[in-house]
Amino acid sequence: MIKSLNTEDTLENAGLTEEEQKLFSNARPQAYEPYPIKAVEDFANWARANSLWILAFGTGCGAIELRPLMTARFDASRYGVSGRPTPRQSSVFVIGGYASVKTLKRIVRSYEQMQGPKFVICLGICPVNGGMYFDSYNTVNLFDQYLPVDLYITGCMPRPEVLVAGIMELQTMIKAGKCNGANRYVENFDWYKANQKKVIKNWDMPDYNW
Amino acid sequence: MITEWLGRIGNFSLTLLIVTAYGLLMGAIIDRTIAKVQGRIGIPYSQPVINILKNFFKRTAISHGVMFYLGPVFRIAGGIGTLAFIPVLYGSETFANFSMAGDLFLVIYFMFFGQLGMALGAGESGHPYSAIGIARGLSQMTAYEVPFALAVISIVIQYDTLSITQIVAAQQGGWQNWTVVTNWVATLAAMLAFLGMAGYSPFDVYLAPQEIPIGPPTEFHSAYLGLMQLNRALFGATKLVLFMNLFFGGATGLLELMIKTWAIYMVAIVIGVAFPRFRVDQGIRFFFKIPTLIGIMSIIYVQMVLTS
Repeated sequence: MIKSLNTEDTLENAGLTEEEQKLFSNARPQAYEPYPIKAVEDFANWARANSLWILAFGTGCGAIELRPLMTARFDASRYGVSGRPTPRQSSVFVIGGYASVKTLKRIVRSYEQMQGPKFVICLGICPVNGGMYFDSYNTVNLFDQYLPVDLYITGCMPRPEVLVAGIMELQTMIKAGKCNGANRYVENFDWYKANQKKVIKNWDMPDYNW
Repeated sequence: MITEWLGRIGNFSLTLLIVTAYGLLMGAIIDRTIAKVQGRIGIPYSQPVINILKNFFKRTAISHGVMFYLGPVFRIAGGIGTLAFIPVLYGSETFANFSMAGDLFLVIYFMFFGQLGMALGAGESGHPYSAIGIARGLSQMTAYEVPFALAVISIVIQYDTLSITQIVAAQQGGWQNWTVVTNWVATLAAMLAFLGMAGYSPFDVYLAPQEIPIGPPTEFHSAYLGLMQLNRALFGATKLVLFMNLFFGGATGLLELMIKTWAIYMVAIVIGVAFPRFRVDQGIRFFFKIPTLIGIMSIIYVQMVLTS
């Protein structure tokens, strides 16, 4: 089942001091193939699509649109959506609007701690092209250069209805087996990491946050 | 001999399956009930099962060491062990499980075994929020254990037996024989302890379901979490069966079992949706005051009124 792309080489973890390097894993992440039997994979995808746990990490102004999802007006729990406070248990990361460089560091950390398969939804126009912050000194413009994105919901700000529609679209995509962001991230790991390190100057964490 | 034991193990596996399925279904029913109070529709009935399937179908899992692996295993062993010694239906050979003389002690031991194993597992994850959750959970457990133990001692004196089957047998023949009528003081103490056990408001701060520290399971994910969710359903239903056996006359059919356990659970739910949350120290003070006092009174009540 487990297909390891790079078994020999390990990560440098150059951002850490020698003392800290002993404390963190330097293994590379691995890509995972789907189950060999198609019916099993389809069933697994059905379960994944109907149980979306969103990481409760408000990364920008759009996080305000996540709150009403759980209230009586929108009630996203009907679709199997629920909030999870810890990245270990969540499977969906909603990038709520602009991602400043300072937040991007935390976004990368949280994303890498999530367990695959994991999905990223970008909310608002800012992660697509920078939006109204296109010339800001501390906001990244093209978010998919830093993390693999599965779905964009554009607008400024998109209303919760659109977010619900986006979640349902994501469910359709997962059921069709199209959401393999975690594998894309691993396969192009060096490219993503180089892009991240280009903007995050004070890189004082391991190269992959296990 | 061997065929008899194989039969009993087969029967127990059936019971385990039914009780787990019922626990999962009841989790959804309760969630939908709370949703109705809040004006929502709530999760589909199959949601708890889908969540568990999803967690088992996760592609990656990170381990933090041997105890981290064993934590959820201990937890589900505690759940299965508790159920193994509780007769689920009175007078039914299939659902009698491994009930025997003195099983009440064993059950009470098993109820806390899983939580201690879980504490070790969550401790090894090294996450500070896990440690906080464990400290809160175990102190609350220590507190609600006192009134519960006092209530159990009281009914043990009342029925003069440590066998759950005999306690259920003594309550047969109509509602006037149930412990809730004959020894209402002990039932009151135990039901107050049950509020702490169920983990709803006002005693849910150790789980902290809405906050950033999610309590002991902060670091648990994938199949570990799936195992823990499975145990939550099984253990939740098992506790209700125990309370039904001890205080509400047991059950002779599956329908009676479902109605009674649902009604017992609704006590915790109604109080949970109506009341705000205690801090841990307030919760512990609460348990050590009124419920403990009621528990002591129940023993005096049994000694003075019932057995004299």
